Amino acid sequence: MMRSVILHGAMIALLIALEPMLSEYHHGNLARILVLATYAVGYNILFGYTGLLSLGHAMFFAAGMYGCALMVRLAEWSVGPAFIVGVVCALVAGLVVGLLALRTIGVGFMIVTLMFAEAAHLTIAYYNEYTRGDEGFTIPQAVRSVAGLDLSDTTTRYFAALTLFSLCLIASAALVQSRAGRVLVAIRENEDRVRMLGFDPFRYKLLALVLSAVMAGAAGAAYAVLFGYAGSTFASVQYSIFPLLWVLLGGPGTTLGPLLGTVLMFYLVDYASGTVMPGLAAFVEGSFGIDAPGLASAYLLLVGIALVLLVLFAPRGVLGVVRARVVPWLP
Amino acid sequence: MEDLIALLPFDLPHPALLLAGVLEGTVLAAVLALTALGLSIVFGIMRVVNVAHGEFYMLGAVLAWFVTTWVAAVTGGPPWLGFAVALVVAPLVVGVIAAATDWLVLKRLNYDPEATIVATIGILYIIQQLALTFYGPYARPVEAPFDFRVATPYFGYSGYKLVVVGAAIALMLVVWLVLTRTRIGLVMRATQYDRETAQAFGIPVDKVYAGVFALGAGLAAIGAVLIVPIRQADYLMGGDPLLLSFIVVILGGLGSLRGTLVAALFIGLSDGIISTLYDATLAKILATLLVAMVLVFRPQGLFGARAA
Repeated sequence: MMRSVILHGAMIALLIALEPMLSEYHHGNLARILVLATYAVGYNILFGYTGLLSLGHAMFFAAGMYGCALMVRLAEWSVGPAFIVGVVCALVAGLVVGLLALRTIGVGFMIVTLMFAEAAHLTIAYYNEYTRGDEGFTIPQAVRSVAGLDLSDTTTRYFAALTLFSLCLIASAALVQSRAGRVLVAIRENEDRVRMLGFDPFRYKLLALVLSAVMAGAAGAAYAVLFGYAGSTFASVQYSIFPLLWVLLGGPGTTLGPLLGTVLMFYLVDYASGTVMPGLAAFVEGSFGIDAPGLASAYLLLVGIALVLLVLFAPRGVLGVVRARVVPWLP
Repeated sequence: MEDLIALLPFDLPHPALLLAGVLEGTVLAAVLALTALGLSIVFGIMRVVNVAHGEFYMLGAVLAWFVTTWVAAVTGGPPWLGFAVALVVAPLVVGVIAAATDWLVLKRLNYDPEATIVATIGILYIIQQLALTFYGPYARPVEAPFDFRVATPYFGYSGYKLVVVGAAIALMLVVWLVLTRTRIGLVMRATQYDRETAQAFGIPVDKVYAGVFALGAGLAAIGAVLIVPIRQADYLMGGDPLLLSFIVVILGGLGSLRGTLVAALFIGLSDGIISTLYDATLAKILATLLVAMVLVFRPQGLFGARAA
């Protein structure tokens, strides 16, 4: 318990200490990473600890994003109350989807969540009069402030993102060490045995799903507020796959895995699409005369390769391996 | 009669528009049935949900463009020659790629249902992005092998589209005959029924799985080659057929050939009619929700009793 408090406290302290040292470029990146890592922390509660693999979490991220952004755009609410509306939207979505989808298991659950998310994505496109579909819309800088704090300022934005991430990280660490958290892990390992011990797995799974959806929604709403943009790409299948990839990479069922996975993948994609791929494209065309018109923009290739390699060779992720080999108490 | 029609609370669409919707729907249904059949066979026999199925379809279309362009450049022959070569080469190449995928990835995962879904998502991105790399972000047409029009009371309709429908039906008939009337089909069904026992009786289960995966991907590729003179080839074209195939296969009952065909006809026709007359997005929203509800409330009949 004490070790866990120190570990998570140290992580948050490190992120605070890092702030003055960051360049403008990494400042923006890390704020984005913290928001996306919040999304991954939420995903990890359901996938890593409870063992339920959702392929539709983008709908919760988008529920938070659009719940918040549309209140600002259409009802002209200020971003504080609008953020809460976004989180409530995600909560309701999690509850409804959970009540239906949790009647299925395994592959059925994956496909049902995928289909619900696809329906949500298409619905956003269908009402493009309000949502402006793919193209999306921006939230003007003038309204992006809470209690006198200008959230578009890079330092304020960083600390706002860090606050949200820290809250969710602490909540997830507290959850997995609580009684309820142990039941979730037990469900992942053997649901029938949990039922035989007198617990109702459905209620615990619903709890995990709703919590997971709320965190995803909070991340979505925060993204809209902090970066001033909402677009239907965030509701697409791709954004359901991303948290799965980040959690798989960092280590499913570890509290710090989601952050680690998000950081690694973000900078891998950033470095590859900024430096490696354009260089490679020029090299391939120059030296071999092979025409590769799309190589420079094919950064998603890395996502595909990472997924296949992780599933084949390292399904426990980085921190999962660290826990198995070096630090057995890692939460 | 005129008076009765005037009393209807909505406008009847013009018969020409309705006929166009039915014809377009039939073409879509035919190609969809072929593609969905591939997905259904793979799930039925291997219990693998292949999320990369749409990318095998896309690959078929893109390869058709490469082959027809190459044949036209080398031989200077007529469009039908390149198309005929593409119709053979594209499914074969896609089949080989699929067999290699099975051997390199799926087999090593022991066909664990959840792990294979995650892996095929990865394969989806790999194939799609490699297509972007070497084919580029363009949408390019392939010339139809022949050009004649069939007269209807309202408009001339592309004869090629009707040939596509005929070809798709013929191919499905062949697949059905192979599965139910030949030794290969018997071996496949034995593997589906009980993998271990099949192996004990000397059936090379590994080869059957690779072959089935190649067959499923090849069917998607043939569907794409047939459709590419109607719709251009681009690297993102795999998304729609994947979603529609899922819908068809789940509604029709996984692994059930007859169910898949009926559902393909239903979804293809309704999609064709609704998108021609109303709005394609609305049709898809309703279809995806329907699939989710079917899986929630009738999972036993659709995913079979053996699913985890």
